[in-house]
Order: sequence, then C-alpha cells, then structure tokens
Amino acid sequence: MRTPRIVASALGVAAAAGLAWAAFVPPRVDSRDELFEIPQGTWARRMAGDKVDVLPDRIDLALGLNDHLLLRNLDDVPQQFGPVLVMPGQSFRLPFEVASTYSFDCTAHASGQMTIVVADTPATPWEVLRWRWNRMKARMHA
Amino acid sequence: MNFPRRFLLTLSLAVASALAAAADAPPAGLKAGVFDPPQAAAEFPDGLRASDGTALKLAHYRGKVVLLAFGFTHCPAICPSTLATLAEARKLLSEGGAAMQVIFVTVDPERDDPAHLGKYLAGFDPSFVGGTGQPRALELLRGSYGVSARKLPAADGGGDYAMSHSTSIFLIDREGRLRALMPFGHSATDFAHDVRQLMAAR
Repeated sequence: MRTPRIVASALGVAAAAGLAWAAFVPPRVDSRDELFEIPQGTWARRMAGDKVDVLPDRIDLALGLNDHLLLRNLDDVPQQFGPVLVMPGQSFRLPFEVASTYSFDCTAHASGQMTIVVADTPATPWEVLRWRWNRMKARMHA
Repeated sequence: MNFPRRFLLTLSLAVASALAAAADAPPAGLKAGVFDPPQAAAEFPDGLRASDGTALKLAHYRGKVVLLAFGFTHCPAICPSTLATLAEARKLLSEGGAAMQVIFVTVDPERDDPAHLGKYLAGFDPSFVGGTGQPRALELLRGSYGVSARKLPAADGGGDYAMSHSTSIFLIDREGRLRALMPFGHSATDFAHDVRQLMAAR
C-alpha cells in the first residue's frame, strides 16, 4: 500500500512548506487599516431583540502592519464603538504608534471594557506565524 | 465661447472643486483618531456654566481649536495628568497657544461648582475654562459626545466617592467641527502636533 503513504508524505511536505512560508516570509499588507463595520439595519435588529456583536472584546494589532483601527458606521443612527460615537455614514480611524495594551470603557460589551493589544512588528518567525494565525482567526470571525 | 476661455473656465472649476474637497479632507497624519467626514460638534445644552460664571457655549470659541475634556477635580490621577499634559502642549505652541482653548467639563457637579473649577484649572493654566451645571444638562452633553460617567461609592462607605469616566479628549476645529479624538496617554508633543495641524487646516 504505497499510494496512501505517498499521499500522506506529500501532504506532510506541503503542510511543512506552508508553515515555513507562514513563518519565514515577511508579511505584507495592502492597507494598515483593521476595519470593523456596523452594517445598515444593526440598530433595527437590536431593537427587535437580536444580539448583534460588532466589536470583539479584544482586538490584536501589530505596528507597521495593521496598526490603524478603522471603525465605519453604515447604519442609520449614531453608534458607540468603544470610546467613540460615530455618526451615520461616518468613519473613525485611530492610529497606534506605541506597542501596549489599551483598555477602553465600552457600553456595547457585557464586560464594559474593550481591549486593544498593539504588539511590535513581528520580527521572529514565531511572531510572524502568530500574527498570521491571529489575523486568520479574526477574518474567520468577521 | 472660444477654446482659451473654455479652458480657463474648466481650470477654475477644477481648482475650486479641489479647494472645496481639501477643506473637508481630514488633516493628514494626526496623532489622534480622525472622524471622516467631520461633522459639526454638538453645541453645549442650555444650563451649563463656565468657571467664570457665564453661560458656556461652544460657539463662543469659534476661531480657536478646542480641546474638550471630561473629568472631575477630585480625580486622583487621570484628570491632573491630562490637564498637565494639555498645559504643556499649550506652552509648546508658544504664541500659537492663544489659538488653543481647553474646556474641562465636570462629570461631578455635586462637588465642582464654577468657582471651585476655576480655581482648580488655574493651577494648570489660567486660560483653561471649566464647565458645570445641572446633572441633566451634563448628561445630555455627555450623550452627544458618547462619553460615559458613573459614580463609584467610597470603599469605606464614607462620602468621598470617585467617578469613573471616559478619558479621551475631543479636538474641535476653528469652524466648530469635531475632527478627532485623542485617547488618554498621548504626550504634550502629540497634542501640540495635532493642534498645529488643525490650526493650519482650512
């Protein structure tokens, strides 16, 4: 039964190559904006009793890659995003220049807090890998 | 209409459009978070008093870059630190500091009357203006800027309560538009940088 072994080996090599690429190839981004949008109709859905979460409790950013938090309100009413009230059709772009953990009061979260963790630009293969993993997770939850 | 006249007219229209767009464009490279497009900052509700006892109205400061902060005079750390930073920023602007106006609105009207606010703020910079008034008027103002504030009972059950409140500073341009919001923790240099940008912006 050589075929299954060959297939398994090929998959293993491909996975290792993918992992090596993810760890060693420096990340490049088209935009440094980390975008969160409130879609139109969010307020109406909340009024109807739907639980609508737009912002996660924790947002991970990295300097030089995705260090601009961009909040966009596409709804018809003003919306509170963490510490900021954004008017309908308006956006708010907050740049970060210092790696740190930022905590904001946020009435939209059950905990009453929103945390933004800004990390240094990933430099080591492990940091690059972790950044790609976190970004992929964030994209999947978006 | 001959070609040169038509060309000049088109050119003039293009320049006028570009200037109009530039007037509304967010200033590039602010250290603060920027609102796009900017909208008129909410006027203060009736019933607010400035620390000199007069009615407090945002429109009164048109022509200046206003830095609007919310806090209370019994604050042990955040508010004094913020006010000291803003005072330093004003000094960094030297002559330009006259075009920057700090307005510090209390979240604790029980203890912060106009006279007390005025005395407290003068310790940081005599140009700073305080704002206080009826709790309902202050609540309305906070609501229009998305500012939160709540009373924290004293740990020992006594009367010396604290207040939890939003700590960001609102930057309002010379035409009364809310342009940016600076989270707590930025340096005086960052504030001076942004005020310069807003003073230069149309």
